[in-house]
Formats: sequence, C-alpha cells, structure tokens
Amino acid sequence: MKVHLTRRYGFAASHRLHNEAMTAEQNRDIYGKCNNPHGHGHNYFVEVTVSGQVNFQTGMVCNLADLDGFVRDHIFERYDHQDLNHLPEFAANVPTTENLCVEIYGILHRGFSKAHLEKVRIEETMMNSFEYSGEAPALR
Amino acid sequence: MSAIVYLTRKAEFSASHLYHNPQFSAEENKRVFGKCNNPNGHGHNYVLEVTVKGQIDATTGFVVDLKQLKDLMHQEVLDALDHRFLNKEIPEFFSLIPTTENLALVCWQRLAPKLAAAQLHRVRIYETPDLFADFYGEV
Repeated sequence: MKVHLTRRYGFAASHRLHNEAMTAEQNRDIYGKCNNPHGHGHNYFVEVTVSGQVNFQTGMVCNLADLDGFVRDHIFERYDHQDLNHLPEFAANVPTTENLCVEIYGILHRGFSKAHLEKVRIEETMMNSFEYSGEAPALR
Repeated sequence: MSAIVYLTRKAEFSASHLYHNPQFSAEENKRVFGKCNNPNGHGHNYVLEVTVKGQIDATTGFVVDLKQLKDLMHQEVLDALDHRFLNKEIPEFFSLIPTTENLALVCWQRLAPKLAAAQLHRVRIYETPDLFADFYGEV
C-alpha cells in the first residue's frame, strides 16, 4: 500500500526580486514592490511530501525523525534568517519562490534517501504557494 | 455535462494512541518511535478529509449528496474512533501500529466499500496541522 506523507516546516528569510540583465525600469515593472532595493522578508512554510510502502514493522512510510533531521540540517540551517540573494544558488538566479521551491526539491532529491520524494510546496504568504514535483526541465 | 469534479468533506475526531511494536525490544521501540512510544499513550485532534470524484448530476448539481457522505463518515469512522484509545479499542490496530499512515489506510478501508454514490479519490488524515498522510487506494 502506497501512502503519501506530508510534513510542514517554517523558516524566515529575506529576498529581493531583481534581475541584473534587465534595466531598473524593467525590474520595477516586472517585480513591483518585490524589487524595492533593500529587500523584504517572509515567513516561509515548506511542505515536504514523501511516499512509499508502509513499513510493516514500524507502520511508517519513513521515520519523521529522519525527515525532520534532514530538513533541519540541510534546509532550515541553510535558509532560516538568511538573505536569499546572498546565497550562491541565487547569485545568478532570482530568488522567487518558484526558484526556491526547485532548489529545496533538489536538496531533498539529492540527499534524502529514506523515502521517495513526491513534492515540495512552499507558501510565501497565506495567499500564495508554489509546488514542484521534479518535472522537466531536468534538475540542475 | 461530463466534467469530473472533486469534492472534499472534512471532519474532526480526537483519539489517543501509542507506537509500539511487540517484536521490538524496549530499547528498539524507544529508539524508533521516540516519545510516541510512551507507555500510556497520548492524544491528537485528528482531521479527516475525504475526497470523492465524479460527474455533476444533471438534476441535483451534486457530485455526491453531502448529507450521505457526512453520515457515512460518522457511521464508519467518527462514531467508532472519536474519543477512543486506538490501540486498545479499534480492532484494526490490535495488530497494526496506529501511525498516521495506517490511519489513512484504515479510514479508506472503512469508507470505500460503503461509498456507493461516488468514487473515493483520497483520504487525508491530519495528525497535527504540520503532519498529514494521504492514501489514494494505490497498492
């Protein structure tokens, strides 16, 4: 029996949506107040969905302590109370929540082996959320 | 109109449980299940979401009669599980660890055979607002 398990985590970070390849006017047109020069912050919520057979011995798809530990060490520690624009993955990649979603999916996909990764969903605010399931184009 | 629509009904129940595998040693149970292995159990306010799918009935405009779905959820799940100790009072969990994953399976098994009016698509169980399990009937 295949079951999907979803765990929700939170972290706080700042960002500024700005693309050096565009003019100041173009940046303002496209990103609006998200382009304000000193950045701004969000309380992000990340939902990680994994799937697999329910282990007969434990009743679990995967041990939550393993998933919690991985997310704490590799996602929370990396992003919490950081300015996303200063992180290497966003040096040449605008830190929209779409791109953040793909980055976090990649971290889990490469490093978490205890269950199959189905999806990463991020809420930037209560009003918007983004999902990535590893669909093409291929992961960087 | 042949459009397929998904409809979800939500309900809450409260129950207690503990995680314990009698085949494990006490130390192994503690290591694998942590505080969920505390011997006298602990409780949650669970939220059950049942999603059905189907075509919109031309005469009623319904995918399913919500009253029937609500009654079925009460009859098969809530009346049985609400304010119970899952390990001790629910037969499925006499030999199955009442994790959120297994609870999703058990709710599906209780609902699916009785749901005549529409197709069961998903059972979702929230153990807390930060943790839920989904079962789509996949084997």
